Amino acid sequence: MTTPRILEVRQGLLKKNDMIAATLRAQYKTAGTFVVNLVSSPGTGKTLFLERTLAALRDRGYRPAALVGDLETDHDALRLARSGAPARQINTHGICHLEAEMVERHLVGWNLADFDFLFIENVGNLVCTSSYDLGEQLRVVLLSVTEGEDKPLKYPTLFNTADVGIITKADLAAACEFDPALAERNLHAVRPGLPLLIVSAKTGQGMTSWLDFLVDRRQQSNTAMLENRRESLARR
Amino acid sequence: MHELSLANRLVQMAEATAIEAGAQRVIAVTLRVGDLSGVAIDALRFAYDVATAGTRLEGSRLELRRVGVRVFCQFCQREVELPSVQSFRCPVCNTPSGDVRAGRELEIESLEVE
Ligand SMILES: Nc1nc2c(ncn2[C@@H]2O[C@H](COP(=O)(O)OP(=O)(O)O)[C@@H](O)[C@H]2O)c(=O)[nH]1
Ligand SMILES: [Mg+2]
Ligand SMILES: [Zn+2]
Repeated sequence: MTTPRILEVRQGLLKKNDMIAATLRAQYKTAGTFVVNLVSSPGTGKTLFLERTLAALRDRGYRPAALVGDLETDHDALRLARSGAPARQINTHGICHLEAEMVERHLVGWNLADFDFLFIENVGNLVCTSSYDLGEQLRVVLLSVTEGEDKPLKYPTLFNTADVGIITKADLAAACEFDPALAERNLHAVRPGLPLLIVSAKTGQGMTSWLDFLVDRRQQSNTAMLENRRESLARR
Repeated sequence: MHELSLANRLVQMAEATAIEAGAQRVIAVTLRVGDLSGVAIDALRFAYDVATAGTRLEGSRLELRRVGVRVFCQFCQREVELPSVQSFRCPVCNTPSGDVRAGRELEIESLEVE
């Protein structure tokens, strides 16, 4: 029998996912596709918000596409396809979040360069989705006025990783006695400086600001990429 | 809950490391878990027993090293540890900071093998 000894490992459990996500991120950049990951609880309104976003971006002359994760069924992909944008379903069969490998597999056969935007609707879950990088440039967390203002304090890990917060179902705010100032305070407690927008996919309220925000972020990301490319060419 | 899939990954990685080092058995695993890693400790401990059954890790100890959340404070110009993940403000000067420097860790630090 050998004597016990210690092996130093220092390896992240999510290393494999992070590596695939890094590869995807490089592919998105090369193709000029701006990739957005949408996370929230089930029923917050991700699919309706996305359906309206896809249609409005097409009206503005952009080419968006969508992947949508769900435990089972392809209902959400069918709803999204009504916008006229290409949409594919990812069935996770019981897994409560999307992983980079699932995204990679479902992009096969699509040419990313055909898309200005790619939206990934994650599985409705406020815990597990936070740990899995999908290579996205923008992580959007949605919170509906019907969920209560204290969700961010209950799930700080997820809200902390967001790049923008969307408060959904604004048309129901009065009926729910929703307190926007309190929601904002809680969101900023766990993620200082988080840009916030309040929308109703149903009435269209706030959607123009959201679309302007998206287009602006894509522009910034593409400009940064072109500058990097120019710099690396200049160094040669 | 994704703790079972994390525990399965842990077993895969630990077995590969043990085999490479010519070890027969893993006695203990030391895992660094950040307060912002999104992992539920109880669920992970339960999943660990399930995932290690019938492997080189069967019966091994899982030692968890908790990693607190540290942010960089612009005002104090240094890293500070947050007393709570519900408030991303410097405990010294109360300035908000989202510049997370530690707390997302989820990594195998070391293995004790024989
Ligand atoms: N009143 C109202 N209902 C909405 C709005 N957005 C979504 N819903 C409803 O909320 C429910 C869940 O929406 P869905 O988009 O499927 O949420 P998801 O699970 O996050 O994808 C559906 O019944 C939607 O019609 C909104 O802006 N206002
Ligand atoms: Mg949906
Ligand atoms: Zn300070």
